Amino acid sequence: MYSRTYKAIVSVPPLLWVGIFLLLPYALMSAHSFWAVRDGFVVHQWNLHNYQTLFSNPVYVRVLLRTMRIAGAVTLCSLLLGYPLAYYLSFLAGARKELLYQLVIVPLWVSYLVRGYAWKTILGSDGVLNGFLQYFHLTREPVGFLLYSPFAVVLMLTHIYTPFVFLPIYAALEHIPRPLVEASQDLGAGPGKTFLHIILPLSVPGVLAGATFAFALSLGDFLAPLLVGGASGTMIANIVQSLFGAAYDWPLGAAISVCILLITVSLFFVTEAFEKRWSLK
Amino acid sequence: MTANNSIRRTPLLTAYATLVFAFIYLPIVVLIIYSFNRDGVGGFPPRHLTLDWYRQLFADSALLDAVLNSLLVAAGAVALSLVLGLLAALALDRATFPGKTLFRRLVLLPLILPGIITGLSLLMFAVFAGAQLSLLTVFLGHGTALISVAATELFAGLQKMDRAQEEASLDLGATPLQTFWHVTLPNLRLPLIAAGLLIFTLSMDEIAVTFFLIGRNNTLPLEVWGRLRRGITPEINAVSTLVFMLSVGLIIIWYRVRRRAVHGDVN
Repeated sequence: MYSRTYKAIVSVPPLLWVGIFLLLPYALMSAHSFWAVRDGFVVHQWNLHNYQTLFSNPVYVRVLLRTMRIAGAVTLCSLLLGYPLAYYLSFLAGARKELLYQLVIVPLWVSYLVRGYAWKTILGSDGVLNGFLQYFHLTREPVGFLLYSPFAVVLMLTHIYTPFVFLPIYAALEHIPRPLVEASQDLGAGPGKTFLHIILPLSVPGVLAGATFAFALSLGDFLAPLLVGGASGTMIANIVQSLFGAAYDWPLGAAISVCILLITVSLFFVTEAFEKRWSLK
Repeated sequence: MTANNSIRRTPLLTAYATLVFAFIYLPIVVLIIYSFNRDGVGGFPPRHLTLDWYRQLFADSALLDAVLNSLLVAAGAVALSLVLGLLAALALDRATFPGKTLFRRLVLLPLILPGIITGLSLLMFAVFAGAQLSLLTVFLGHGTALISVAATELFAGLQKMDRAQEEASLDLGATPLQTFWHVTLPNLRLPLIAAGLLIFTLSMDEIAVTFFLIGRNNTLPLEVWGRLRRGITPEINAVSTLVFMLSVGLIIIWYRVRRRAVHGDVN
């Protein structure tokens, strides 16, 4: 029913725009990762040197592994907080469900930076938490290890990604046909058994979607480490950022970026395949 | 009897859910309370409540300029990404062309990639194109990255839409343009508003992409970022509280609009 002109008018502008402003930039980044820096200039000399440096330099490997650990911890913590919350809302909250759902959504609209900043004011050695502890004589000296540590990064990112993880899990739980749950209980399965055999398997797509999102976005975060991470909380994206700034080695920075991009994209492909297998048809 | 009643209410789970809510809201509450604290951020308990920080805020021209810049960028980003997102959604819904799957994935890429990747790619592109970094590059970056949000929302809207209305319009002699204007667009009103509000908030907040595309004029998050390095002042709490209120205001507007629309459908 739509003419060829109609189809051309709606598809050509976005295709061109996305080609120029997304595909070309990403391609340019990939190209940079095969180039070199000489005397402070990027030269278009194709080579694999950047990738060699990346995988042979122990500093990069160590930071990459630490980044994976932090992203993994964030994913796990967000799931541990987000899943029970989603379960509670979907099955137990009753009439307050809508309101509570909105309460989970609201913080999603609060600036990332603002929330990070809030954690900084809470965890600092003259911060709110230390003031609280000393006021009630729980500690005499300020507790210094809270801020500027991998712990602080995990805490801040968990706070940010818990609502993100909650959303797809909640959607998956809401899609579970209630008669299925009732049938399981009518046939004598307790709540634990019903959860393990009915609810949990059917919510796997939601868990996967949320976990992938939290992991991928934590993996490339460079602001949380700068805000609350300190030297021991440095992550791989901080190295990229310094390579594009003071250290001035765009090709090496691009090579690391390409690695982050590949890890993220392949993760989403794997999850997509799993989700298809697990979803209820 | 619904399953809701037959699953036993466990006080343990209720307590846990309450704790999770406390965790989610703790920083926001702390932020707001300390924006009224005369003695600055930190220390316990907060005392000597004051509006001084808000007064300082409104006399702080650098901060106000940054707010203005952010509003400008966000408004532009909403317009750009809604237009391109609408076209992209229509193309995905109705046209067939080679590389359609690639196109769909590419549009969504900025949504799933860490901001630093998209930001750096766009920076390289700006340098490659010889463009000077400024609010214009930030606007182009936001507008392009957020096509993903607009296209997702509007594509979902198109899928739900009844195509018979468009067919009827065309059969009765309306031109394709008239049909688009009087049938398609009004049907997409809600997703357009939803996407617009979401894009506006996301752009007002954006920092990872902006970080690499910013010129001499700061957006609000970048201005706040710069100040955080110099030390913490409750002025930042005050401006953050106001931005939070703005976000909550936008959400409330959205629910009003949606409720009225749903009501309208019933009548």
